[in-house]
Parts: sequence; C-alpha cells; structure tokens
Amino acid sequence: MGTELKFKPKILGFVCNWCCYAGADLAGVSRYQYPPYIKLIRVMCSGRVDLALVLRAFSNGADGVFIGGCWPGECHYVTEGNYNALSMMYLCRKLLAHVGVNPERLRLEWVSASEGIRFAEVMNDFAAKVRKLGPLGKGEGIDENALKSRLEAVTNLVPYIKLVERERLRLPFKSEEEYRKFFTGDEFNRLFEETVAEKLAISRIISLLREGPFTTGEIAKILGLTASEVSRHLNSSVRQGLVRYAENLKAFVPA
Amino acid sequence: MEKELERIKVVKNLTGANFGDVMVVAGGISGIQAALDLGTAGFKVYLVEKSPAIGGHMAQLDKTFPTNDCSMCIESPKFVECKRHPNIEIMTYTEVDRVEGEAGDFKVTLIKKPRYVNESKCTGCTTCTEYCPVVYPDPFNQEISKNKAIHIHFAQAIPLVAYIDESCRYLKEKTCTVCQGVCKNDAIDFSQTAEKVEVKVGAIILAPGYEPVDPKKLRDDYGYGKFANVVTSLDYERLLCATGPYEGEILRPSDKKHPHKIAWIQCVGSRQVIPGGNSYCSAVCCTYTQKQVILTKDHDPGAECTVFHNDIRSYGKDFERFFQRAEKLPGVRFIRSYVSIGKEIPETKNITIKYSTPDDGVKEEEFDMVVLSVGLNPPAGFQDLADKFGIELNSHGFCKTNPVNPIETSRPGIFVSGAFQGPLDIPESVVTASGAGSQCGELLACRRGKLARERTYPPERDVSKEEPRIGVFVCHCGANIGRVVDVPSAVEYALTLPNVVHAEDNLFICSTEAAQRIAETIREKGLNRVVVAACTPRTHEPLFRDTLREAGINQYFFDMANIREHCSWVHSKEKEEATQKAKEIIRMSVARVRHLEPLREFELPVSKTALVVGGGVAGMTCALSIANQGHEVYLVEKEKDLGGMARRIHYTLEGLDVQAYLRELRRKVYQHPLIHVHTDAVITESTGYVGNFVTRVKSAGRVTEIKHGAAVIAIGADEYKPTEYLYGEDDRVMTNLELEERIAKGEERVINARSLVMIQCVGCRQEDRNYCSRICCSHSVKNALKLKEINPGMDIYILFRDMRTYGFREDYYREAAGKEIRFVRYEPPDKPQVEAVEDEDGRRVLRVAVADPVLGKRLEIDADLIALAAAVIPPADRKEIAGLFKVSLSPDGFFQEAHVKLRPVDFGAEGVYLCGTAHYPKHISEAISQAYGAAGRVLTLLSRDTVTASGSVCAVNENNCISCGACISVCMYGAVEFHETPRGKKAAVNPVLCKGDGLCNAVCPTGAISLKHYTNKELFSQIDAAFSDLEKPHKENKAGTAR
Repeated sequence: MGTELKFKPKILGFVCNWCCYAGADLAGVSRYQYPPYIKLIRVMCSGRVDLALVLRAFSNGADGVFIGGCWPGECHYVTEGNYNALSMMYLCRKLLAHVGVNPERLRLEWVSASEGIRFAEVMNDFAAKVRKLGPLGKGEGIDENALKSRLEAVTNLVPYIKLVERERLRLPFKSEEEYRKFFTGDEFNRLFEETVAEKLAISRIISLLREGPFTTGEIAKILGLTASEVSRHLNSSVRQGLVRYAENLKAFVPA
Repeated sequence: MEKELERIKVVKNLTGANFGDVMVVAGGISGIQAALDLGTAGFKVYLVEKSPAIGGHMAQLDKTFPTNDCSMCIESPKFVECKRHPNIEIMTYTEVDRVEGEAGDFKVTLIKKPRYVNESKCTGCTTCTEYCPVVYPDPFNQEISKNKAIHIHFAQAIPLVAYIDESCRYLKEKTCTVCQGVCKNDAIDFSQTAEKVEVKVGAIILAPGYEPVDPKKLRDDYGYGKFANVVTSLDYERLLCATGPYEGEILRPSDKKHPHKIAWIQCVGSRQVIPGGNSYCSAVCCTYTQKQVILTKDHDPGAECTVFHNDIRSYGKDFERFFQRAEKLPGVRFIRSYVSIGKEIPETKNITIKYSTPDDGVKEEEFDMVVLSVGLNPPAGFQDLADKFGIELNSHGFCKTNPVNPIETSRPGIFVSGAFQGPLDIPESVVTASGAGSQCGELLACRRGKLARERTYPPERDVSKEEPRIGVFVCHCGANIGRVVDVPSAVEYALTLPNVVHAEDNLFICSTEAAQRIAETIREKGLNRVVVAACTPRTHEPLFRDTLREAGINQYFFDMANIREHCSWVHSKEKEEATQKAKEIIRMSVARVRHLEPLREFELPVSKTALVVGGGVAGMTCALSIANQGHEVYLVEKEKDLGGMARRIHYTLEGLDVQAYLRELRRKVYQHPLIHVHTDAVITESTGYVGNFVTRVKSAGRVTEIKHGAAVIAIGADEYKPTEYLYGEDDRVMTNLELEERIAKGEERVINARSLVMIQCVGCRQEDRNYCSRICCSHSVKNALKLKEINPGMDIYILFRDMRTYGFREDYYREAAGKEIRFVRYEPPDKPQVEAVEDEDGRRVLRVAVADPVLGKRLEIDADLIALAAAVIPPADRKEIAGLFKVSLSPDGFFQEAHVKLRPVDFGAEGVYLCGTAHYPKHISEAISQAYGAAGRVLTLLSRDTVTASGSVCAVNENNCISCGACISVCMYGAVEFHETPRGKKAAVNPVLCKGDGLCNAVCPTGAISLKHYTNKELFSQIDAAFSDLEKPHKENKAGTAR
C-alpha cells in the first residue's frame, strides 16, 4: 500500500484538438486539479492515434496511455475517426493482454469541449487506477528486458496488423455497444488467434533470438509458450529463411 | 483651455487618406470586435479611442465569468489583430469633436490630444518611465498604485507607446526634461499640440461602454473614500490581477496586509431609486461578485467571504452553476439582506456592516475589507456625446434604441453596440458589435472592398539547408504561470536542450511588444524554429504563427507548449512538480519543432450563399441582414409557417406589438428576392466544410441540394410541458405562454378572474435542468401588468425564488410592485403546494399554500387561475442538427458557442454560426441583436473570395505505397484516390478535399501516407521526449530512426 501511494506513474495522453484538448483547457480555466504526472499530446482527431503511437509510449515506459476523443456522433470530422480510435483501442488492449501487459493501462474516453470537470475526473480516476496497477512490467511481474522484447515484437508487427485490420477488422458499426460486443466476442478471438497471434509468436521468437541463441525449450520457457508451438513456429521460420539452427551452438539463431 | 484651442492646428485633409467606410467610436471590447469584423468584411475602419490605448474596461478585469478565463489573455490577441489589420486604423488619445453629414456621408472632426511622444518613434522600452521623477496615481490601476508622469497605459497596450500626463513637471513649469535625455529614439516631443483631424466615413458605430458607479456620488456612500478598506469591485478587480497594484496580492489599502474576512455589498448604485443611484439592475454584478469570491478563495483558501445581496440574478448561460460553485466553497456565505456600513474601527481600520436575517434579526459584524459591487452608469459625458452625434438618449442616459433593433440609434447611419445600449456583459457587447457591423454592411454594401487592403508579409527564408535553430519563449502570464511554475528555471532548462540557441521569459508573451521581440530575435539570432511556452494553442497559435510570418519564417515552424491550462492552472498546489512538468512539456515541444517542416497553405473558393436553419425571429432577422448585403440566403424552417416561438407572443414589456412586427418581418422575408424560404422542411444531409457546404433539404416532397459557404443555426427552443402543480389535470393551470394567448384573445375567464397566482421556476433551476430560463421573471411581470391594466381589481401573486428582471426590466418589476402585485419568495425545498378545493362559499378554487419567509408564516391563497413560468428547454431536434453540422451542445442541451466570451455566435466548426434561443433562452430584442451579430460574422466569411485552408494535409510517398487502399476506404471526404503511375496504382491526396484528420495515416500499413504537421516522426519525437532527455542532434541525424 505504501509503495502504491508513493509510486508516481508516467501517463501520456493523446487528445483530439476539438473536444478533449478543449476539455483539458477548460479544466485548466476552471482550475480543476489533477496529478502533474500526466502529459498530453495534441492530435487533430483521435482517429489519428495510431497503434504505433500507443506502443511507442509503452515502449518508452509509460505506465498508462490515455486517448481522448469527441463523443460518438460529435466527431468534428465526417470520417468519425473516434470510432476508429475505439476500434484501435480494443485491438491494442488485446495485443497488450496477449503479451502479458495489463490492458487497463490503455484507456479511451470521450470528453467534450464543455466537460472540463469530466476531463479532470477522468484524469484523477485513471491516475488512481494506474497507481494501483503499479509500474509497467513490475505490476505484471514481467522483467524489463522481457517486456521490452515483447513490445518490440508487437511494434514490428504493426504494419501486418494494419493489413489484417484493413482486410478483416474494418467495422461498419456506429455504436459503442456494437464495438464492445464484437471485440469481446468469439469471432474476434478466433480471428486474432488465426492472424495476429501466430505472427506475433514468430515475431517474439525472432526478437528473442536477436538477443542470443536459444533452444526450443528455452524459448518456450521465456515466452510462456508450449514447446510444440515453438517448434512449429521455428520450423516455418526456418523454411522462410528467418532463422536457422546453429549446429555448433545447438541452438537457434537469426538467419 | 482657450489657449489650448488656439494651439490646435488643422491638419490638411488629404484626399483618400482620411477617407474610410466606418468609424468606430471607442475601443473597448465591443468597438474592437466591430472594427475587426468590418475590417475583415472588406471595409476601411477608423477605431477612435479617447484613452491612450484600446481595451476599455475589459482590459482592467482580472478574469471573466463564468469560465474564469484570464481577461487580458483573451482580449489582448484582439488588440494585436486590430493593430495588424490592414483595414483598421487605430487612433488613440483622440476624441470626437463634431459630426456632420448623413448616413453614407459623414464628416467627423476629431481632436487628437498631444501625447508629447512621437508614436512612430517610441519603441515602448519604458526607459523614460524609469527616469521620470514625477509619481502620480495610476488611472489604469484605479489610482491604487502609483505610476509616472510618462508611462505606457498598461503592459499590453496597443499602441505600445508612452504618453505624458498633465502631472509632468515640464508641462507645468518647464523644469524637467529628463525623459528627453534618456530616450534613445528621440521620441519625446514637447512641442506637440492638439491636432484637429477630419475623417469622412459612411457610417458610425458608437461603442463608448459604461462608467462604473462612483459610490461617492450616492446618498449612501458606504464609506467609500472615507474608510480606506472600502473599495469598489473594479478596484478589487485590479487587486486580484497579477498586473495590478500589488502584483496580484490582495492587500488592504490601509496597512497592505492580506484581508482575511471580506464582505461584498451588492446593488451599489443599482436598483436604488435614490440620488446618484439607478433604478435599473446593472445585470453583471451578481456574477462578477461570485467570480471575485471564487478568485479570492483561489488566492487564499482560508478567506472568509460574505456576500450581502438582494436577488441572485444568475440569468445567463452557465451562471446558475457558477453561483452554486461560489456558494458551495467553504467559508463563503450568501446573506440576503439590505445592509448599511456601521463604522470604521480606529485601531484596525476594519469596517462593520449592519444587516438582518430572518433568524437572527439585526446584527453588526466586522470585516477586514468591504467590496462595493458597483453598478454600471452610462458612459461619462453621455449628454455631450448624444449632442455631438445627434442621437437621443433614454431616461437613464443610455442610448435610446429601437426594441426591434437595439443596435439602431435615432439617427440613421449611426449604430450603437455594447454597454451604451444598457447594462450588458461581455458576450452581449461582442454580439452587438458584430451586429452593428452587419448593419453598417447593409448600409454600405455597394462600397465594400473599395478601400480594403490585403496584408503583406516579407518573403519566407529558405531554411531547408540549416540545422534547427530553436528559440524558446516562456511566458509568466502575469502570475497565472509564474506563480506556480518557476519560469526562470524553465528558461534555463530550455537552454540545455539540443538545437535551442535562445531562450527567454516574458511577463506576457502575447503582448505586441513581446511579439515584436520574437520577430526581432528570429531575425537577429537566425532562429528557424520557435517554441512558445504559454497558454493553449487553441486561442493563441494563430497570433504566434503570424509573428513567424512577419519575421520571414514559415509559420509551421512553430509549436506551443501549453504550460498554463495543462500545467500551472491544474497543478496549482504542486509548484515543484508543476515546474518539472512544464520543463517536460517544453522538452516535448522542442523535440517536435526539430522535426517540423515548412508547409504551404492554399486558398479555397467561398460559395457566396448562406443557409439559415430555423425561421423564427432570429433566423428571419439574420437571413434578411445577410440578404440585404447582396448574398443569397436559403431559409429552412421545419414548421409550415415562419415565426417560431414568437407566434405565441403578443406583446413585450416595452409595449411592442409582436404579431404586427412578425407579419412585417415575414413579409420582408418572403418578398426579398435573395431569400429562398423552405418551410415544412427537413435537412437530410450536410457535407462539406467552411466556404463549401452542401446541404440537402427535403420540402414538399422535393429534395433541394443547397451549396452554401456559411450556415447559421437558429432553431430556437421549446417550452417545457409541466408535470407539476396540477398542470394537464386542471384546465385552470396554464403556462405563461398559454396565459398570454388567452389574454390576447380576451378570454373572459382569464381577464375576469378574481385572483391569479404565478409560480416561477417551473422545470428549471433544479437538478435535471440546472439553469435559469432567463426570460420568465420578466414574462410574468409583463402578463401581470397587462392583467392589472385590463382588470385593476384582480389579485395577482407572483411566487418566485429570485426575481431576475435584469437591466431596464427592473423598472417594470418596480412598477408591478407598486401596482399591488404581490411578490412572495419561496425556497426550493418548500415549493408551493396546489390543491383544487372548494372555498367556504362553495366556489371551486385552486388553493396555493406557500411559506412566506418575510412574514414567517404559511400563506394560503385561493386562486381562480394559476400560471406557471415553464422552463425554456432546448429544441427537440438539437441532436440531429448538431450532428449534421458537426457542432457541439452544452451539458444543458443548448448549442455550444466557440468561446463563451469572445466568440459568442461562432461555433468551433468553422463557417457555422449561432443565434437565437438555440444558444440559450433570451428575450426577442436579445435574439434580434444576436441574429444581427451572427449575420455580421457570416459576412466576414462570405465577403471574402477565398478561405485559407490549412497546410496540415496528407501526402503520399509513392515509394512506400502498396496500393492496399486502406487510406481510401477511411477517407469519407474522398480526398484520397488511386492514380496510375509507371509502377502501378498509387494513392494520391487531393489537398483541397483533405481536412487533416489523419485517419489515413493511422491505418496505412507502410507509412506511405502521412498527415503533415502530425507525422509519425513528429509525434514519436514528442512521445520519446515525454519520458527522457532528447538525443543530441548529431546522433539524431545519424540514427534517423523514424518509423
């Protein structure tokens, strides 16, 4: 409890110019207080907040990442980018969970330009929640290097994920409930396992091998995968010329 | 004086040079807004101000209610805009002497008072002030602190030029010329004399504002001027202000100690029919006092604040919540009582106040300081002003106006805006300024653009071969930032950051002087990137971008670090952490500007047509004003007929025949060749952007596609259908509007009723509708007076919480009280009870029971009829309309303007404007003013041929494009398309259609398409800098790791 109180998390927010940034301004004008360890980056639309941006923040050690957009139906743009932000948020949370990072560290909220008080409330609440989660990695019980390589693996996969998103995850929904249903449903899970999870495992294996040679068993242990999964991925990676088996080391190394 | 006149020489009237379109008299916020609107709409404007700088009373205020925005911070960018505007000529220290001619052709004679400082030579360096030996009370600081005989009016003054006061020793006895000696620019010129200048203009706008009531002139002076620690609210405003007499410390005049226990006395000089007082309500004092209470508690959380008040008049948008906020603060008391000043305690100089409460009776209490909430008088010398301009005044000395056009004076071609119309707050002063602009435009439509000029900038320096050379400017914002953030240490830190070659701090970076300094520094130090660490880019970015342009640097080489709204104001108790955060925010900005690229803006054509949504009084008035300036207008109304809510209103307090007025208005609209009316119409779709909207309207089975440059939302409001007080169950219970309709019809049962009870605040000022409907108090008084006129014997009771007959409407309230209309106050926990019963004579009556706090007993009234002041509620179709035009709604459901104070009829979405009750409940005359205001704002857009589109659009790097089409599928603007290249299909952006949301950037798997100014590289650099120190430049260049 004591450390929880002392721990000052690092929180980075991406906020859209029209609603949430203005809401944050109003919080200031109205002098609603929130913790000073939250910093904001202005983008024009929450839909601009790329998976890569969020991952970059976590890779830099952010304990929490916040995305603030306009309320559904109030996006300043006809593109309604806030729904894209919503979709990205769910996907990113799934990815974080997949690599063992608590998905609660990423939060998306709608804050309108007139909701200064709500902005401050959200900040205070998110800060309290992130404090409870503890420092990134430590809170999850992952050591620093492992965390780093996992996030790197996900980051490397961003272009692929975007392609998958384009093909399989472009959703026509116009309500938050529909998004929630989809992303918590079986179909999404299956899709995720089929497409992203496979690639991610390979990406993580390759990332790990860059750090040094490992055996199948070691890899499985470090990455928390089963030995058979790892050997399946290694076989396909060898075929694709991504890794090779170094006879002298009795271990796998990058090709 | 005789001698003075002899010395006046007539300056030759140069043809053309002294010829303009409009003269705006007085440069307060209203005059400034009028000048800016007209200048932008293509007219040449003379802005004439009698004091040494523009700004008016708003410049003296510390903060503005109900958002507590820093007053100077929001006003000073307008000063700078005025000064830089190519079509505005500012003439300060100048008074109007004579006005001749007629509408379209006025000749105005001005007297330019001698400043004894050459305006073109003075740089505003203030060395002269430093050396000047004469100390005298500073008028800008309400004479609380001292200034010198030669000084600049205030720090952000426009023009930033010193002037010499009559206290100067040289002017008095020719004994001292030290200022001449120390002025390096040889700007001091004692030979200056008053100059007479003649200017020809087509129209005049009078915006002389108000004069605060001087308590010394009241019969009951409250000890002001006698007791040191009795100050006026304007004095107090200066005490609160960081640029005030004690740098924002609230100190008592007597001993310069912090007062702990402070009392405010409301209605000083207002609602007082006594010599020196005014019968009307000054309309702003309740809320400005609440603001001062909140700010006082901000300065000293332990302060005890007591407000002695009459009614609390929180009738404006968000005022009710503001009052609740003040009232809920610990140590704050609101006491409803008349008061008198007791005495000054000789030892402590404390003041005692006598007051009485129903519970405790008469008491005398001691306070450290007393603030008199003084009301608004007409401007000083109002009679003289009226004579000079040949206009009529009303009985209070304010400008006499036309109830259906409050902007019109009695003399054609002369318009009035701001508080000279009567007590108005800042947004109303701004609205009427834009409205006056629109009416000048109607008068002078044919000469628009003839005298206007465009601004020119120096050519841009090509910096593509240069290493980034960054300048960081950190603002104290008076004390707004400096009180929390250690600004000098932030400057020091900035200097350690890579590529930063210059860093400095400034008291107000938004002042013209500071802007000049930035421009000079860019030139002198060869800066090619600038970071300003100050307030929010949402208000101030345009100003600094302009500064960069003036210094010959591409305006996109700029970033603002928001260390005020996002730092000092939200972490005000954690100075160390806030300073650390400010440094980090600056670091993020520095990282970002290192990667910024120069961008080109481009011009988009403007469709010259307007769309007005809603055909009530506001919509029709707005449409007419736009059409009268030569623009086509489509007026879309969802009902079968034009007129809106006004169709149910028959007369106003001031005696206007509303139906006759409405018929005339409708006729004008239908007969106007440029107005196309669509009734029974539904808007099905609206797309496009500022200058180029396309809206589809379905009416009479046909769909019309309207191309328009601007849109005005004027969809009005609805009346609440009460569920309280037997409404709907008993036909003797009706709403105010229903009562009015029945009175107008002469319904026997109504006009012959023996007794009638009106109940105020039905459906609002409660949890689910936490706002005041503004109009109902006056509405009830109006109906009550009308009934008394028809049937003097009728017993009328008005059960109210606070009578909010603000402004001149107070006179009617007094009249009603004089006519034995009984006003009974009730408190919300103890609402009136209504019961249908038979009285002792067996007559069916409505028995109303209510606690009377004055009599301290329960009152039972047997009424024949009950009228309910039903709330004004937001229009039912607000959400659809807000969605169609991409504008926002306030928490109460009314439309949310771009800025409560200074952009009251604009929306955040460009090209869309707002007027009428869709904004907030308001009286007919107020809706008309606002409609003209919206028209004025529309004209600033439609009078231009092009609008400038942001350079922050998307672009494709074809080498990386894999033709996946992700960008094309997300862009609803259709800005991205494939085109054939030798290497196959590649995406390409049409920058004219791109709105810069950057969705395509977020979905592009290869990073081929990117949003300029928000590229991954730029954002990554910010993210990295949020967590750690910046890499040194050589490393950066080598690594080039942008993914």
